[in-house]
Amino acid sequence: MSTLSAGSLLAQLLTGLADASSLFVVAAGLTLIFGVTRIVNFAHGSLYMLGAYIAYSATHAFRGGVGFWGAVVVAALATGLFGAAIERLLLKRLYGAPELLQLMATFGVVLIVRDATLSLWGAEDLLGPRAPGLKGAIEVMGRAIPAYDFFLLALGPVVLLALWLVLARTRFGMLVRAATENRVVAGALGVDERALFTAVFALGATLAGLAGALQLPREPANLGMDLGIIAEAFVVTVVGGLGSIPGAFIAALVIGLTKALCVALGTVAIGSFEIAFPKLTLVAEFVVMAIVLSVRPQGFLGAPPAMAPTTAVPDQRRLIVPPGQRALLGAAIALLLAALLPLISDEYTLVLATDVLVFALFASSLQFLMGTGGMASFGHAAYFGLGAYAAAIAVKAGWPMLGALAASPVIALVGALVFGWFCVRLSGVYLAMLTLAFAQIVWSIVFQWNDVTGGSNGLVGVWPAAALAAKPAYYWFALGCAGLALVALGWLGQSAFGYSLRGTRDSPLRAEAIGIDVRATQWRAFAFAGAFAGFAGGLYAFSKGSIAPETLALPRSVDALVMVLLGGLNALAGPLLGAAAFTWLQDTLARATEYWRAGVGVVILVLAIAFPMGIGGAVHRLLATWRR
Amino acid sequence: MKSLVTQSVVAGCALLLGLLVAQGSDAQTIKLGELNSYKQFPAFLEPYRKGMDLAIDEINAAGGVLGRPLEIVSRDDNGNAGDAVRVAEELITREKSVLLMGTFASNVGLAVADLAKQRKVLFLAAEPLTDKIVWENGNRYTFRLRASTYMQTAMLVPEAVRLKKKRWAIVYPNYEYGQAATATFKQQLSASQSGGIEFIEQAVTLGKIEAGPVVQALVDAKPDAIFSSLFGPDLARFVREGQLRGLFKDRPVLNLLGGEPEYLDPLKDEAPEGWYVTGYPWYAIDTPAHKRFRDAYQAKYKDYPRLGSVVGYSTVRAAAAALQKAGSTDTERLVGAMSGLTFESPFGRIMFRAIDHQSTMGAYVGRTAVRDGKGVMVDWHYNDGKDFLPTDDLVRRLRPMR
Amino acid sequence: MAAISAPVLRVTRLVKAFGGVDAVRDVSFTVDAGELVALIGPNGAGKTTCFNLLNGQMRPDAGTIELSGMRIDGLPARVIARRGVARTFQVAATFASMTVRENVQVALLARAGAQGSIALRAPAAFGAEADALLARVGMIKLGNEGCATLAYGDAKRVELAVAIAAAPRLLLMDEPTAGMSPRSRTRLMEVAASLAKKERIAALFTEHDMDMVFGFADRIIVLDRGQIIADGAPAEIRANAQVRAVYLGEEEPLSTDGTNTSKKMY
Repeated sequence: MSTLSAGSLLAQLLTGLADASSLFVVAAGLTLIFGVTRIVNFAHGSLYMLGAYIAYSATHAFRGGVGFWGAVVVAALATGLFGAAIERLLLKRLYGAPELLQLMATFGVVLIVRDATLSLWGAEDLLGPRAPGLKGAIEVMGRAIPAYDFFLLALGPVVLLALWLVLARTRFGMLVRAATENRVVAGALGVDERALFTAVFALGATLAGLAGALQLPREPANLGMDLGIIAEAFVVTVVGGLGSIPGAFIAALVIGLTKALCVALGTVAIGSFEIAFPKLTLVAEFVVMAIVLSVRPQGFLGAPPAMAPTTAVPDQRRLIVPPGQRALLGAAIALLLAALLPLISDEYTLVLATDVLVFALFASSLQFLMGTGGMASFGHAAYFGLGAYAAAIAVKAGWPMLGALAASPVIALVGALVFGWFCVRLSGVYLAMLTLAFAQIVWSIVFQWNDVTGGSNGLVGVWPAAALAAKPAYYWFALGCAGLALVALGWLGQSAFGYSLRGTRDSPLRAEAIGIDVRATQWRAFAFAGAFAGFAGGLYAFSKGSIAPETLALPRSVDALVMVLLGGLNALAGPLLGAAAFTWLQDTLARATEYWRAGVGVVILVLAIAFPMGIGGAVHRLLATWRR
Repeated sequence: MKSLVTQSVVAGCALLLGLLVAQGSDAQTIKLGELNSYKQFPAFLEPYRKGMDLAIDEINAAGGVLGRPLEIVSRDDNGNAGDAVRVAEELITREKSVLLMGTFASNVGLAVADLAKQRKVLFLAAEPLTDKIVWENGNRYTFRLRASTYMQTAMLVPEAVRLKKKRWAIVYPNYEYGQAATATFKQQLSASQSGGIEFIEQAVTLGKIEAGPVVQALVDAKPDAIFSSLFGPDLARFVREGQLRGLFKDRPVLNLLGGEPEYLDPLKDEAPEGWYVTGYPWYAIDTPAHKRFRDAYQAKYKDYPRLGSVVGYSTVRAAAAALQKAGSTDTERLVGAMSGLTFESPFGRIMFRAIDHQSTMGAYVGRTAVRDGKGVMVDWHYNDGKDFLPTDDLVRRLRPMR
Repeated sequence: MAAISAPVLRVTRLVKAFGGVDAVRDVSFTVDAGELVALIGPNGAGKTTCFNLLNGQMRPDAGTIELSGMRIDGLPARVIARRGVARTFQVAATFASMTVRENVQVALLARAGAQGSIALRAPAAFGAEADALLARVGMIKLGNEGCATLAYGDAKRVELAVAIAAAPRLLLMDEPTAGMSPRSRTRLMEVAASLAKKERIAALFTEHDMDMVFGFADRIIVLDRGQIIADGAPAEIRANAQVRAVYLGEEEPLSTDGTNTSKKMY
């Protein structure tokens, strides 16, 4: 029932372009920051949200004076200053650390900013004023288009032009370009990296704040703005090619128009099928990203990867010592202690401990991929969730529990094989973003496939067999399963395959030269990691009795990343420590304070700065000092 | 290598010691275990918490229940089912709560309901609107307070029928609530209005409506009327964009939940006029029960109540009434007491139906208007929930036996 | 098909261009079993590109490469490696997170076709063989060191051990002695030469240290701007006027000191 006439198509085009334009302003800041500092700035969405809130307050403060437009300027500058402060106080301390640690730190900032905004501005959505001078609509082919949309439409190209002028014509711009293209050269030019990084971060934050402030006439300032925009901004940045501002512009246009088109098409009948295109907006940007990256691994205008692919996980020059007999002894002691837990603890502790076991396995599978394999994944929850859903669906279909549980690694394995085939063709952040795209696509399918997955409600009644229903019984069962799986993962890392995998990570060049098929090895690792994550997902489903789409959503992936990084990327017991610390922290803080989310953020920041090698790495170092 | 031993031991200790933070419980108080997505939906849940606290204060000032004071042990469920089940376990096992209550999102509510069935604990679902929680997925231990999606949609259908429009545009957030509202609306309208009705649907991503394209598509579809189940920031964007693009000109609009202060108030003087909504005109309800509640609330918080406040307050009141009626904190006796329980809420006397454990709490239906720069509901009336539920036969068919 | 008499390596009219510039132009040569051949030329002459074409890291635009009579051009690097071509890199490529011994063990596992085995425990596999190889290149004492912390010359030695672990038919060494003391250079080249002779390996190496080139090579091929300008025994090359002319343009013509090469890392 499409009703697309020329007039409505034009109206949709203009609207889509206006959306694209404001999306570009956010993404331009993100890509600028990435280009120079190589930081994947998770907090960019928070800066955008802050821009909107500050603009709201400033508008009220300036009422009768400079009003909304003055407030926009103030909000942009204030956000820029805040960005500079984040860089100075926080990220500056992390430039020597593994790159992903900076991502984790910016995630900590997200949590803190969210709670700070809640406490400063309150929970209610704050509807700002309409833009003075642009309150009405302009008639185009019989359709009223908001005047403000035309302003936004012009803004994107203006910002693009301004950035181009700054980059092409100023000394600052030259330094930015030099640093984006080649850091060594930039260093040789006598660039003061510290000052440059701060300036770039401030500029990127200003753009985020500007975009947030300018959103105010269209959307109330609200607490969902940060995560609402960040995924989309990432996608634009990556699809455009990391570090490329014109690329981001093109990508924003493609994504903005794709979404507008999806909505405009409405529900279309093709034969006996009905496709509701508007529902695709749930995932449109990720579909675009998956397609673009599969065809063009460096995005539209990104630099093609160098000869030796740079991985996103550089913490790999340190020697990794295989576990010896003492480690086995230690593991045995830990296992014994863990097995005794039900004798001395209450049921809730067992619930927590079961969570720790499940997440430890989940995090370990990610660590295998990231640490041993050198492939960072932002979408590992997809396999956890596939496993969980496989188990749940099997149970609903009448399978016995053990059969259903066995299905979870199998289905996750299949998913990982399919997605991994595409992902291992990429490297670094591009690879990570493609994993994210696939995870989002899986999520959107699960979220909408009501008949099979229960849609947004998920599936309930996924309880373990009667013999395992009691908390201690399930805990022991989970301990056995997770313990075996962890041992298997540990063995995998020590196997010839594990060493070959680490070889592909350390030096793909050398690996190929001695006859190791780098892609095939990585693909297999991806599949293994997926299968183990899926097994963890199966255990999770039975421990909770229900499963919902958030099991495979982005926050779950981020949780796993945080656990791995908290524990230490290369420490064997790292994921276990990370999972325990994370679970315990969340549980304790949630009980202690209303602002527990900010509390988690603060702890993440402190740990990132104090223990850049993770808790496991810190224990390593402590022992080294102690032995000396 | 030595460090690995230590790491493993540390890990073991983390399991053993770190998690052993047992808390003593006070035998005197009766603990109500409450969980909700405070960080996910603060706009609704902050007033909700205040409502709960008000009820607790009043009950304890009057001597508590069964001669013991009531205490709420509240946890954040982080907006996801997995964490909700975890904190629910904590509330059951460690806090020794006599019942569970709360939750907001449907998926969380359903997960906790299923846990309640598994663990044989009473669960009083406060806010989740999903029909399934009392019907398809209903169970012996789960009761729900708020008027469901079905009920509230059914309350708007008579208004829709009166409009006698043929071509309806439906815009809804693409998840359980929006889908259920859409399905119910289509089914009920088709049942009550003869002649071919045409529906044009726009599903939007919750919290991320593409307001411009959606409104433009609706304008181009030229519907006679619009049924929306948007709320929150999505609603605000829809309203603004729709006004600019002339979508609402000469077109009646029905918006589920649109009159709730949580969603209407942020729109201020830009609140739409003449929309048919369900909501809560707190400023105009002058029944004795409501006046007493409103006065107490305003005295305590120097703020006006939102719908969340009523839900929080009534949830605690319902729990207290059940305890009183059961004369015990025993779950089975509480379940028995809850079936057919009546209690006084700010909306008047409410009953938990024995047939499906749904309460008869109703909702206010009226039209929106702008007064003194604020959105309000006018021409409103209260719809008792019991009048907007399907026949008992249908309910029995929907609800699993056992 | 492979004739017994075929040379281990036969390169015929090889061409590779980058953005319109011919890096390798119409290059043809052979290397026989047991022969140690030096490939020399000024910076940018195309030596490393040649190596990259030979081990399959790059595909030639034209021309053929035969290994014992079998075409290998166009095959991926890992397949060519399994056919018996091993190489070292100008900038040593080792597995940084592994010990010296583990580097060799992984190479031995790959040679045995067990690089993907999940049943074998890598640290326990081929330990004795790895030690024997390390002893050969003089690295046995540093077997348990991490590769990331090695001195540059030591890393190149590990690379050589890794390369010969594959028991190659053709060994390509890109500046094998860079970063070593003069004494170590000689020792390393002795190892390479004896390998070539004893195991009948065809060895091709690039080197900036002319003492090494003229002291060890059985034959020398001189490249200039992608083309071979001379191919012959050391004495012939020394006497070749064209070679002298090419090298006179260099800062350090036919120098015995290879240190200036370090500027030219990629």
